[in-house]
Amino acid sequence: MTMILSDRRPILLANARIVDPSRDLDFPGDLLIANGVIREAKKGIGAAGVPEGTDVIDCRGKVVAPGLVDMRAFIGEPGAASRETFATASQAAAAGGVTTIICQPDTSPAIDDPATVDYVLRRARDTAIVHVHPMAAITKGLEGREMTEIGLLKAAGAVAFTDGDKSVVNAQVMRRALTYGGDFDALIVHHTEDPDLIGDGVMNEGEFAARLGLLGIPKAAETVMLERDIRLVGLTGGRYHAASVTCTESLEVLRRAKDAGLAITAAASINHITLNENDVGPYRTFLKVTPPLRDEDDRRQLVASLADGLIDVVMSDHNPQDVETKRLPFSEAAPGAIGLETMLSAGLRLVHSGELDLTKLLHAMSTRPAELLGLPGGLLRPGSPADVIVLDVDMPWVLDPNELKSKCKNTPFDEARLTGRVVRTIVAGRTVYEYV
Amino acid sequence: MNIAPKSSFVLSRRQLLGMEGLSREDITGLLDLAEEFVELNRQVEKKRASLRGRTQINLFFEASTRTQASFELAGKRLGADVMNMSVHSSSMRKGETLIDTAITLNAMHPDIIVVRHHASGAVELLARKVDCAVINAGDGSHEHPTQALLDAATIRRNKGRIEGLTIAICGDILHSRVARSDIMLFNTMGARVRVVAPSTLLPPGVERFGVEVARDMREGLNGADIVMMLRLQRERMNGSYVPSVSEYFHYYGLDERKLSYAKPDALVMHPGPMNRGVEIDSIVADSAQSLIREQVEMGVAVRMAVLEAMSRNLPNA
Repeated sequence: MTMILSDRRPILLANARIVDPSRDLDFPGDLLIANGVIREAKKGIGAAGVPEGTDVIDCRGKVVAPGLVDMRAFIGEPGAASRETFATASQAAAAGGVTTIICQPDTSPAIDDPATVDYVLRRARDTAIVHVHPMAAITKGLEGREMTEIGLLKAAGAVAFTDGDKSVVNAQVMRRALTYGGDFDALIVHHTEDPDLIGDGVMNEGEFAARLGLLGIPKAAETVMLERDIRLVGLTGGRYHAASVTCTESLEVLRRAKDAGLAITAAASINHITLNENDVGPYRTFLKVTPPLRDEDDRRQLVASLADGLIDVVMSDHNPQDVETKRLPFSEAAPGAIGLETMLSAGLRLVHSGELDLTKLLHAMSTRPAELLGLPGGLLRPGSPADVIVLDVDMPWVLDPNELKSKCKNTPFDEARLTGRVVRTIVAGRTVYEYV
Repeated sequence: MNIAPKSSFVLSRRQLLGMEGLSREDITGLLDLAEEFVELNRQVEKKRASLRGRTQINLFFEASTRTQASFELAGKRLGADVMNMSVHSSSMRKGETLIDTAITLNAMHPDIIVVRHHASGAVELLARKVDCAVINAGDGSHEHPTQALLDAATIRRNKGRIEGLTIAICGDILHSRVARSDIMLFNTMGARVRVVAPSTLLPPGVERFGVEVARDMREGLNGADIVMMLRLQRERMNGSYVPSVSEYFHYYGLDERKLSYAKPDALVMHPGPMNRGVEIDSIVADSAQSLIREQVEMGVAVRMAVLEAMSRNLPNA
């Protein structure tokens, strides 16, 4: 009992730069946490103004911000615990400042019935050190044919619906999911890539793929599916979120849809906003992701769209793959990169290069995804849950894959020089990670 | 026997993974050395001792008759102990990865591994895990450097040069490792390179390879000194990339009429194996303008040149 109490002692994060993207606030001040809740965030609370027994942590020169809500992460439970468990994923998340993981339903079995949602929630509650909420499948078995029990799944705790990195090819099925899901205010999250246009492609179509002798995936594979979906959203009035947009053409489609007032939002992965196809270099399979990395022009457009709010969310697209699936020729290797632990540090590259301001980045990684999913995090308002990170924006470090907490080490930022990292992560008022 | 070649050219690299990065001097050095082996190969006594004591493994993950035979003969004529491994019949089937195979073979201390694999980049992946010399004998749709060298050797013997020639490469450019290596070599040597194919068989971005692009044989072959035909694989026909064999042959198959668009003394080449009646007409393939048989002869000489020039750079050479 004393242990738990001491764990939950009030915390004062003092002398920090407080960034609350939910209110566009960025000011020097202190943040007081007690009983798992943010009490206040203001200038000059000071050590004198806190309850007895408060841990006072000096955060001079550091940023205090809401914990990140990662909207797209694959965890191996159930069915692929050798790739990742809730325990390991949550440790990686904590080290990366992610206080809420939204796990994907493309597990084995798929998260497509209420019992599996329940299993995931219990398993995560017992083993994870950050919050975990699952998305459930749009279609049974992710087969793209029959709609899942959207109402019951949502009641069981599914925060949104997606078929993972598969597209629902049948437009009628998608239409019905959007229509029926609309009755439950369900958010349909869709990976937009036409599998026939992907064909045997393994990287972005263009000169670079041609030189490597690899078959390309045209940007149209993504845009065609996104265009279709937007027509269906117009038809049904459903709530729709494009899971991972990657190219300029998709941004144009999105802009038109948003301008027309449709209930559409979109995410980009940390990989697509910080890397491009040239990073594949000599067939580096850790850079094989889905959709594929595009060209530098697309990357710049994605960042610009993030800055102007066209892109709502940045997610990690965390996808652990081990040696057996990655140490293969490029065309045979599984797509996917881990990202929970590196998403914020990688995103800070854009802040340091002047492409994006810190508040915008944090908004897209915390406030906005929490809003879309109806979760209480992503802000520093008094009374909200104390999911908070302390960030040293200027700390230089080199990523050593052996130090990563994920079970798999397939990071595209292998040996990368990064600037800025999370030094403390607090979940529900308890410090779950501290960088020493 | 054992008359040493006059050329003392050394290919100072441990691996030949592609034409990319090979200089004009490297290419000329290899072609000169190959010339000498052509003569040696026409004698009764063909054997030399420059690779004596060396172990050469031909590791083929994809079936091949002529390339494997050619590397085997080349190694044996230079005195190496040559072992052929066809991995599609071996442990890869049991789930052993390419890298496990590389590590296993490496432990047997070969001096040279010659690798063919159906996936682009696979040879490079393997080369990173072994200590010996590695020669790419074709990786997916990426590169096939010894084929490009033997094409160059054949052209040089017949035209006396490569520089300034107009070379039209026709057919399935998209999936062709030969096309990629040929384009790089011919460009390095100062030829004018054209690719001719229906748009479905052209890699997007090919115009940035430093080639002229034609979708029509009349335009593409106009003024050509060399017409290089590529094999169209069965699975690309019948609707996926081209509608049918007969339509493909009608528009892109090399027959006497289409060959007449090229220069009167144009020469015809094909890396083999040919699909007669698909990309090339038998009359053209067997005509006096065809260099296809000579390409096979050059294949052995060029591979001897590559092995010799690389072995001069091996430890304890």
